[in-house]
Amino acid sequence: MTKPKQVNLLVDSFGITRSPESLSLRGNSKSSAEVKGRKSYNVFSWFVIIFVFLMMQAGSLLLAQEREISGKVTSSEDGSALVYANVLEEGTVNGTTTDSNGEFTIKVQSGAVLVISYIGFVKEEVTITNQTYLNIVLQVDVQQYEDVEVVGIGYGDVKKADATGSITAISAKDFSKGTITSAQELLIGKAPGVVANSIGGAAGAGTKIRIRGGSSITGNNDPLFVIDNIPLDNSGISGMTNPLSTINPNDIESITVLKDASATAIYGSRASNGVIIIKTKRGVILKKGEEGKLALNYSGNFSMAAPTDFLSVFSGDEFRSVVQDRVSNYGLSSAALNVLGTANTDWQDEIYQTSPSTEHNVSLSHAIGSVPYRLSLGYLYQGGILKNNTIDRKNLGLSVTPSLLDGALKMDLNASVTLLDNNFSNNDAIGSAVEFDPTQPIRNGNTRYGGYTAWTELSDVNGINGLPNNIATHNPLARLEYRDNTSEAKRYILGGKFDYDLPFVPDLKATLNLGYDYYSTEGKDIIDPLASWSYREPEQQIKNYSQKKTNSLLDLYVNYKKEIGTSKFDFTGGYSYQHFQNEGENSNRAWDETVPGAATIPYKNEYYLVSFFGRLNYTLNDKYLVTFTLRDDGSSRFAEDNRWGLFPAAAIAWKMTEESFIGKSDLVNDLKLRLSWGQTGQQDVGDNFYPYIPTYTGSTSGAYYQFGDTFYPTLRPDAYDANLKWETVTSLNLGLDFVLFNDRVSGSFELYQNTTDDLLNNVPIAIGSNFSNYLLTNVGSMENKGVELGLNLTPILEQDLTWDLGVNFTYNKNEITKLTLVDDPTYTGVNTGDISGGVGNTVQKYIVGMAARTFFLFGQVYGPDGLPIEGLYVDKSGEGGSVSGNELNKYYNKTPDPDYLIGISSKVNYKNFDFSFSSRLSLGNYVYNNNASNRALYQQVYNQSGYLSNILTDVKDTEFSTAQYWSNTYLENASFFKMDYISFGYNFASLFGNNVSGRIGLSIQNAFTITKYSGLDPEVDNGIDNNIYPRPRTYMLSINLNY
Amino acid sequence: MKKYKILFQVILVSAFLFSGCMEDLNVEPIDPNVNTANNVFTDDAAYKQALAKIYASYAISGQEGGGGGNGDIEGIDENFGNYIRQFWGVQELSTDEAIMAWDDATIKDFHWQTWAPNDVFIMAIYSRIFYTISISNEFIRNADARIASASGTFLNDLVAFKAEARFLRALSYWHAIDMFGNVPFVTEEDLPGAFFPERITRDALFNYIEAELIDMEADLVAPVQNEYGRADQGAAWFLLAKLYLNAEVYTGTPKYTEALTYINRVISAGYSIDSDYKRVFSADNFASPEIIFPITFDGQNTQQYGGMTFILHASNGGGMPLNGIDGGWGGIRTIKNFVSKFNVSESDFASNTQYQSNDKRGMFFFDSGSWEWEVTNVGTFTQGIGVTKFKNVTSTGGPAPNAHATFASTDFPMFRLADAYLMYAEAVVRGGGGGDMATALGYVNALRTRAYGNDLGNVTTGDITLSFLLEERARELYWEGHRRTDLIRFGQFTNGTYVWEWKGKVKEGIQTESYRDLYPIPTNDLNANPNLVQNLGY
Repeated sequence: MTKPKQVNLLVDSFGITRSPESLSLRGNSKSSAEVKGRKSYNVFSWFVIIFVFLMMQAGSLLLAQEREISGKVTSSEDGSALVYANVLEEGTVNGTTTDSNGEFTIKVQSGAVLVISYIGFVKEEVTITNQTYLNIVLQVDVQQYEDVEVVGIGYGDVKKADATGSITAISAKDFSKGTITSAQELLIGKAPGVVANSIGGAAGAGTKIRIRGGSSITGNNDPLFVIDNIPLDNSGISGMTNPLSTINPNDIESITVLKDASATAIYGSRASNGVIIIKTKRGVILKKGEEGKLALNYSGNFSMAAPTDFLSVFSGDEFRSVVQDRVSNYGLSSAALNVLGTANTDWQDEIYQTSPSTEHNVSLSHAIGSVPYRLSLGYLYQGGILKNNTIDRKNLGLSVTPSLLDGALKMDLNASVTLLDNNFSNNDAIGSAVEFDPTQPIRNGNTRYGGYTAWTELSDVNGINGLPNNIATHNPLARLEYRDNTSEAKRYILGGKFDYDLPFVPDLKATLNLGYDYYSTEGKDIIDPLASWSYREPEQQIKNYSQKKTNSLLDLYVNYKKEIGTSKFDFTGGYSYQHFQNEGENSNRAWDETVPGAATIPYKNEYYLVSFFGRLNYTLNDKYLVTFTLRDDGSSRFAEDNRWGLFPAAAIAWKMTEESFIGKSDLVNDLKLRLSWGQTGQQDVGDNFYPYIPTYTGSTSGAYYQFGDTFYPTLRPDAYDANLKWETVTSLNLGLDFVLFNDRVSGSFELYQNTTDDLLNNVPIAIGSNFSNYLLTNVGSMENKGVELGLNLTPILEQDLTWDLGVNFTYNKNEITKLTLVDDPTYTGVNTGDISGGVGNTVQKYIVGMAARTFFLFGQVYGPDGLPIEGLYVDKSGEGGSVSGNELNKYYNKTPDPDYLIGISSKVNYKNFDFSFSSRLSLGNYVYNNNASNRALYQQVYNQSGYLSNILTDVKDTEFSTAQYWSNTYLENASFFKMDYISFGYNFASLFGNNVSGRIGLSIQNAFTITKYSGLDPEVDNGIDNNIYPRPRTYMLSINLNY
Repeated sequence: MKKYKILFQVILVSAFLFSGCMEDLNVEPIDPNVNTANNVFTDDAAYKQALAKIYASYAISGQEGGGGGNGDIEGIDENFGNYIRQFWGVQELSTDEAIMAWDDATIKDFHWQTWAPNDVFIMAIYSRIFYTISISNEFIRNADARIASASGTFLNDLVAFKAEARFLRALSYWHAIDMFGNVPFVTEEDLPGAFFPERITRDALFNYIEAELIDMEADLVAPVQNEYGRADQGAAWFLLAKLYLNAEVYTGTPKYTEALTYINRVISAGYSIDSDYKRVFSADNFASPEIIFPITFDGQNTQQYGGMTFILHASNGGGMPLNGIDGGWGGIRTIKNFVSKFNVSESDFASNTQYQSNDKRGMFFFDSGSWEWEVTNVGTFTQGIGVTKFKNVTSTGGPAPNAHATFASTDFPMFRLADAYLMYAEAVVRGGGGGDMATALGYVNALRTRAYGNDLGNVTTGDITLSFLLEERARELYWEGHRRTDLIRFGQFTNGTYVWEWKGKVKEGIQTESYRDLYPIPTNDLNANPNLVQNLGY
């Protein structure tokens, strides 16, 4: 399964932290509490507390009939004494640990069963008859040394080998060390079925993650993130680029991706887009004699980010000749020549920079007495390549994992604080830099706009100090200088998980999980009065906003494990309660306080989710695994009659290699076949908190109406759907897990089909039937089908040389199968895919029989010279007339989503050196080059209101004068191969003779891209390429030190 | 262990607090700006605010000022999805009075008369019309529920409010019958929900609007007596007159006598012709005695990039005077066919970009240095002739009340007395009873005297023919949203003898097919409502 660990305490510590959980999860244990005094399940619940109290009161009674037994615990391997081994009376909380000689003394009753366990060893059970001294030799647990992978499955863990659902686990060892600055980057290219795209290249930019395509049209398509048992509210917050950006990636221990409904159904209503479970690191119990010793880790890096390329525009000299040519030969008004300048300004070069970033993380793992804790501190400063764009993040994480009542009560308490300062700079500068006339100087000596060249109103006699031309492009450098757009965000997460082994019912434990997630942001967006764009709507010059989200969670569940003969049962059932509250206010005013229109608009919303869930894992003969899951979810977003959604799931798995007629061999180490069916739901419709309640919304200032001399605020009835209900995803999954060639090849193969019904969809409704023309209602169906293959190979495994290779392959096909309430084969679908250039222009459709967001464009006709003929399209309908005036002449072509996605990552360790890379191949993703369709047109060179605009040199590929937005000449195959990072490192076991190990590394992120796409970057959200912040290439030096 | 007991107790208590119960799932809005329908009308003041929303639905398209936010309808940019903006577009851009340079979706199709059923702008005006009807129905239901228990002044107010809501609903249904013909039909009897409204034919809708206006008229405030901005009896009479004047188009049965009945009531209601034509279209037009029913705008309080703000900015550019706004968007201008009605030609502007003919109603801009008379490229704003009729300064050139650099304070004159004068003349010429040619001549010359500043432009009885009246209506009422309806009534909108630049998507203009006298039922609604039938030809 996994490879030998590296000389790196980070990884070691993962192993150790994970191990107790592995142990406690071995299905064959009769007690799950064998790791007393160590971090393990943290169980608790309010009703359990009552038992605890009873226990404590009754303690003396129980002790009355005890007798004393002593003994010694040794290792079968070398006979050495095992220190700090657990000795526990089964079914009770009566227990002790061995001393430094491996010896113990315990008082028990006759007939009691003592369970002796030690990490990494097979536990042993001894029934007490009349013994007074026990000599226990524990066998080394071979499987344990193989580092059994345990994966989180929601409200519990399972051995990866026993999982029945489609699960991809990424553990810390898979992370590219030292190159990661956000939690989301850990997912890119790492798991089959998971598409993770960074949204542009801004500092702290978020990542859009889709598991097996999106399941919804209007609803949220983000997977559910569960961080340390707390399902996060994934909606963004103003001023915070992405909630995940607040997690220090160095604190992450593992990420588990749940893909099929069997795995996700336990999260019911929030799981239809898959679930990503993130566990952060915990404190470590050190071996006896090592207590008091700190495990200290430092990781830090320094990097430089540089833009890779700019959009190709005309230089000042080239532009002058273009304008002259248009005037001389194409009838452009000679007025254009009057405003032409003499400079040669490369505006893109002016707004971008090579920018440094640095990150430092210190974590310390220790135990006070028997209470392990982990403290981590992180600092990140990241500079964007757009000037002024920075983030500054400080993290503090503390986890404490005490055990009480001789290990029967385990607590996992954690707190994290993140402080994030954003400077968003002004992304408007990016578009301005492309368009601003290259013949103009940066500054032209005006006194009105701080000297920055600005286009002024043609009719204003004051020339360069005249009124600004509001529709003209604004100076890119003024854009940067005169906008102050920053925010300060804070996030606090408090989590407490309490596991309690119920004393009177063996194998039953109860868990109470409490979570509190608070985040707030204060932001400002201020336009300097010198800015040429500040004249329009002066009351919007100074904007302030604040937002606060408070999410609380309570889970209460029990887990019961029982073995009867060859059958094993593992049941989890419980209750979950969540409350989400979102409030804030937006205010605006002018610099000049006498300018009216200042306003402060507050808002406040909330919703609740209440759920009951249960899961039964049944194992027969350790060969046949069955899982049933049921979750009943209530959401406050729906009316009482539609409120509850029941989400069942079932899965079977067959460990084929456990069958005698197949058997394990060196060739085939492990084979497991899985089949699952299940349903999950979707209730997240964004800001629509009361979609079923008839409400009235007041109007805010500026939206009043005049009667007489008074301006009245208005009251508007809002559209609502009293019958709104869950969207349901039904998923079918067939999977095969395999381990081959002496563990050198492992992986899984999956086939799936996800059908979404009752899509929560914002669609046109029968006019007059409600208080709008569109309504969020349940209509439509969609299907995602796909194939996934994940492969982990170890082609070389030598003493000094190992080579690991990970390949994952994803194929997904999306199809909309229903869109309207009334079945209408002539329905022409819903337009989507707004482009820049004119309002209301769209290039994509939702239509039955096609993938979501299929491009819908005219077929361009080309001349003999190979150039497209402006405005001439294929008369597909054969109706003649104006081809471009007839929608029937548009074709459905291609989709923005790739057909195939292949992730390739590799790591080579040679002696102390390591070399790794991670790359992606995306095939069949199409991009509409909106930059070209909107910015490579001769007509834009001069605007009648008296200003010039630079255009893209792509115009030479079309020679178009006017916009031809629906020409498929702009639709390009944007298949690409992207090298996300290459890293090279040196590992050392000691530094300056000290007990300090570590690694020093060099890496390049976004190293190179191979593509035929003509735009800047083929990786484009939703397939429409316009004004994206270019992704930089980053060079990084990183250092890890472990003490 | 004792110390842990405290911890347990803390957790125990918090567990109980947290676990609450399923009652929590029954939420009520906690946003200070949102109320449930059950609670909102507990305050009597809410009725006037809900009424204000119906009026405001013509002026702005959402619940937030400035650039918008929280829009009423979807499927279109909020600033485009504005009632007056799209009303203006379907009524003016499709005619000889205006042509649009922009690239937004299918916006050029209006002038070319090449629109299709999936046109986003046609969807927008159709949606706005029925949006106003739906919220009027809601108001009428709520007013009905309260009238029984109301008393005193509040009762009187509520009765008038309800009648005004019915008037506004009738106004929007008039737009529906005029533009779309056979449409879905909902009244206060139809509770909001998921249902398919029945289709009503143009004939039946005509009868409904007529009956509604006659029935509610008495509940409205007497002419000129209501608060500024609110509809009075004069507005209802004017609407009835409009309905009757176009009855032949809507139902095939002429009703010019009925038209004259109500035109006469309007004319004698107490409104008067403004001595200054310019004032009717300036930022002080709230004071004009001529306006019977305005849609009000205010730079500070009624803001949007639609309505008058749109008309003012979109028609500005190419060096035109700003007239109180902060810059033009270079979209709408007129064409040579239209300005020729004022007997002006390109050479008149050679030395004066704002040359004015004897008929002072013609307010144009043409810079012979940078503009072109002929529209060879529809997308070039400076081809054609600029129009400066509407201004965001007062008639004396002073700043607008509550002036704002971007948002207009000028009101949109939906109904005004001069229109009634010309309607009178037309109804008489078309043979309606209850009027005479001498009075008609008086009305026409009253307008022409104002236009010329003297009686040099006056006409005689013999001049007052139908073709003269169509031209005169263009000169008097251009850019006020009447042109398409007028051209259809005179048989010139599509297949008549009159063609203009770029009509039919041909530079010199060609006839188009007569089915385009009605706009298509938008595809969205045809798909959503199986009761509907597409208009013939589409």
